[in-house]
Amino acid sequence: MASERNGDGGEKRAENGGGGVEMPEIRYTKLFINGSFVDAVSGKTFETRDPRTGDAIASIAEGDKEDVDLAVRAAREAFDHGKWPRMSGSERGKIMTKYADLLEQHAEELTKLESLDAGKLVVVTRAVDIGASVGTLRYFAGAADKIHGETLKMSRQFQGHTLREPMGVAGLIIPWNFPSIMFFTKVAPALAAGCTMVVKPAEQTPLSALYVAHLAKQAGVPDGVINVVTGFGPTAGAAIASHMDVDMVSFTGSTAVGRLVMEASARSNLKPVSLELGGKSPLIIFDDADVDMAVDLAIGANFFNKGEACVAASRVYLQEGIYDRFEKKLADSLKNWVVGDPFDPRVNQGPQVDKAQYERVLSYIEHGKREGATVLTGGKPCGQKGYYIDPTVFTDVKDDMIIAKEEIFGPVMCLMKFRTVEEVIAKANDTRYGLAAGVVTKDIDVANRMTRSIRAGVVWVNCYFAMDADCPFGGRKMSGYGKDASMHALDKFLAVKSVVTPVYDSPWL
Amino acid sequence: MGSNEGGACDGKAGSVVVPEIKFTKLFINGEFVDAASGKTFETRDPRTGDVLAHVAEADKADVDIAVHAAREAFEHGKWPRMSGYERGRVMNKLADLMEQHTEELALLDGADAGKLLLLGKIIDIPAAVQMLRYYAGGADKIHGESLRVSGKYQGYTLKEPIGVVGVIIPWNFPSLMFFLKISPALAAGCTVVVKPAEQTPLSALYYAHLAKLTEYVVQAGIPDGVINVVPGFGPTAGAAIASHMDVDSVAFTGSGEVGRLIMEASARSNLKTVSLELGGKSPLIIFDDADIDMAVELSRLAIFFNKGEVCVAGSRVYVQEGIYDEFVKKAVVAAQNWKVGDPFDVTTNMGPQVDKEQFERVLRYIDLGKSEGATLLTGGKPAADKGYYIEPTIFADVKEDMQIAQDEIFGPVMSLMKFKTIDEAIEKANCTKYGLAAGIITKDLNIANRVSRSVRAGTVWVNCYFAFDPEAPFGGYKMSGFGRDQGMMAIDKYMQVKSVITAVPDSPWY
Repeated sequence: MASERNGDGGEKRAENGGGGVEMPEIRYTKLFINGSFVDAVSGKTFETRDPRTGDAIASIAEGDKEDVDLAVRAAREAFDHGKWPRMSGSERGKIMTKYADLLEQHAEELTKLESLDAGKLVVVTRAVDIGASVGTLRYFAGAADKIHGETLKMSRQFQGHTLREPMGVAGLIIPWNFPSIMFFTKVAPALAAGCTMVVKPAEQTPLSALYVAHLAKQAGVPDGVINVVTGFGPTAGAAIASHMDVDMVSFTGSTAVGRLVMEASARSNLKPVSLELGGKSPLIIFDDADVDMAVDLAIGANFFNKGEACVAASRVYLQEGIYDRFEKKLADSLKNWVVGDPFDPRVNQGPQVDKAQYERVLSYIEHGKREGATVLTGGKPCGQKGYYIDPTVFTDVKDDMIIAKEEIFGPVMCLMKFRTVEEVIAKANDTRYGLAAGVVTKDIDVANRMTRSIRAGVVWVNCYFAMDADCPFGGRKMSGYGKDASMHALDKFLAVKSVVTPVYDSPWL
Repeated sequence: MGSNEGGACDGKAGSVVVPEIKFTKLFINGEFVDAASGKTFETRDPRTGDVLAHVAEADKADVDIAVHAAREAFEHGKWPRMSGYERGRVMNKLADLMEQHTEELALLDGADAGKLLLLGKIIDIPAAVQMLRYYAGGADKIHGESLRVSGKYQGYTLKEPIGVVGVIIPWNFPSLMFFLKISPALAAGCTVVVKPAEQTPLSALYYAHLAKLTEYVVQAGIPDGVINVVPGFGPTAGAAIASHMDVDSVAFTGSGEVGRLIMEASARSNLKTVSLELGGKSPLIIFDDADIDMAVELSRLAIFFNKGEVCVAGSRVYVQEGIYDEFVKKAVVAAQNWKVGDPFDVTTNMGPQVDKEQFERVLRYIDLGKSEGATLLTGGKPAADKGYYIEPTIFADVKEDMQIAQDEIFGPVMSLMKFKTIDEAIEKANCTKYGLAAGIITKDLNIANRVSRSVRAGTVWVNCYFAFDPEAPFGGYKMSGFGRDQGMMAIDKYMQVKSVITAVPDSPWY
């Protein structure tokens, strides 16, 4: 049952979900600047669509340079003259904890908005995405009063210490695959550090960011500390990256756009940049692996969140002894894999986030076929409506094929065979990416050798996607630089100042 | 050793002492080689303007060979696979050799950069040695963390060397800059390709020779390919490093304009990590309760040390009105007593600017200051007919919006300004695009604490200036750059953090 109301755009309800789930009303569709929801200066709006059907679900204010200027100005006021950076860490922590409480109280509504906007499984969004968002916010709430500098003895008659001070106004540009998690992954440490910020959520998934902005206000986050400017990369995103009054930018997204963000910083005010970019992460399964466990891991690593994960283990290397058993078990397991409406709790995989991604993935699948890889299962769209794709596995993949080298960002797994440890280490590292890797083995020496040899920011042994608020996360090589999660995530939002004073007449130095 | 006629500007028609220049070729993979093109460039003695030596000129082809050598040494060589302790031992050996050759090194920097010979022997070279020894001792103290993590997992972080590091350094402290950058990189287990400034290539090549010499002192030395030195120009050799697809990180100290180019080059090539230490317009803030004589001496040092060619030079001096008049009188006398002359003369306080370009640039700013309406109190012109000597210069009645108050001059030019209240001083101190350093002179604890917290700068000196130490992190806020040198923190620029998480199904507790 769909209903529409007149008046300012955005008050519509989308198609109900599988199992009769009633859709949320979309209440927040405007830019959030200095504590208020406002139209874009230009009055323009853009549509966000339901990937189950391709239908528009809401008209969202479209921020551009002028709106970014207003948001940055509000953030600058809030930083230079407002309370937030001048509160103690524990006071900030208290407000952040209240914010986390509100998130939990509104988990259901937020879950529905996010699942609707991004095609994410509602069961998973509720438990994992919103759960992790709350967890991240609580982690950094507890970190705000644990930001330490150091005292330095120094040679000669001096005393030194370092102060870690908030950088200032942070520009946060986030992607559409985990909208809430990404929002809090960036916002939480920035808040803890005492920074103020301008967030640009992805144009595909603006709904949850605007929703949690209203909760921030309720929690007591002062006006201007968090600003949300919805819009597109080349306009709003570029305006942030090249703004002369933004002190740093943290970006998660594609490598291609990561470059533009870094260039824009170089050309504007040399703001420090941290980038979390793409990946082509290897999952390496040795002969001694438990086949059932390995298959489950590979399926999760490739098809979780419809393959729209930067750490997706899109290259699966199987040692030759286990290859045949694995392939058979994988094909069997995928027979029961259900692609469908993400609001239906029986479904394993929802639609790709939008038409562009859908078409992109399908074109990679065609590449794979043309390049001579064998389709073990899938390899085509699922259904006539919306952006659903069958879980796809290619075998007989050669390392130099496009499907083995480029990030597909969809439910496409490439299976490859290997014989020795040396061989698979070389293959695993033969990529410009370096985000994550997985190793499945019981042998302690193999595990240790692999973890030391793979050039990636996170290595999972006998598990995958095991993220934690306290575990640093980030890439190397062209997967980017800088860490999210853990106390390390605070570093990008803090400037280190050394203070040095002569100390005369000290009993010792 | 050669000599030429009439260098010093103390009126004596004497000769300058020119050191023997032994190393003038590129140092790649343990050997001194010509540039692939065979080209050379001249490095000049700023005391006379005469050519000191013809040095091999590296370009892209040479950088490719150097990076290749560094890559080999990293992927297949011993250096990253040695324990931190062993690397530290080798680094200490290099430090020993530097100590043994202090005189020769100081002579090279003196002739190449116009730096005081005496200070080279007692400050520059020893500080470079201390820096190297600091990181030699730090190489076996690089720690990751273990992480409990929720769920049935165990996690830990590994800090691994990032790989091949490109180092692009300036000409004002050739020896110190060389070791400031390479020491933490070597401690981390990285290999390096260094491009010294074209104005001052000589000491870098000498250090390359000493690095090779470590092999002969006792068995183990710095393996070939670990340190490579490719003198040349920014737009050619420097650009080749910044945009190289096989360099993993670049560390740069120099001007803001070039810093931008390096960051852009990285964005367009392989997104290598970048750290930039750029310019400054650092304020020295002197309160009424300061000891005037101490303040005069400190402010003189802060701007005229190393002929003002220091990124943290205290080029804006804010004096509280209560002591302003007495301060100005004494500051002028002190500036006039700051002796300009041959840097090899132990009585000289200040040598020549590093080259003709810098010399002319500083003089242009002095003219600008005059035309902007600042009052010239002393100096303001060249100090000799030959070479690149400039008189210690002080402008008063400088307004914040004058270019001489906003731009980095990088020469012996002080801008003096008066202030009334602490709020005014803080606001003015922060009103440039830079944020490298600041100095505060006061006896009042509350003023010292308030101002040190309020000034947006990477280093704040209270009742001192230029108090550097390998332990204290050094780097900029705002457009003075990002990333820190010195301290154990500097090693992090050259390391990657890897999180390793293992499922732990059967643990007595989590």
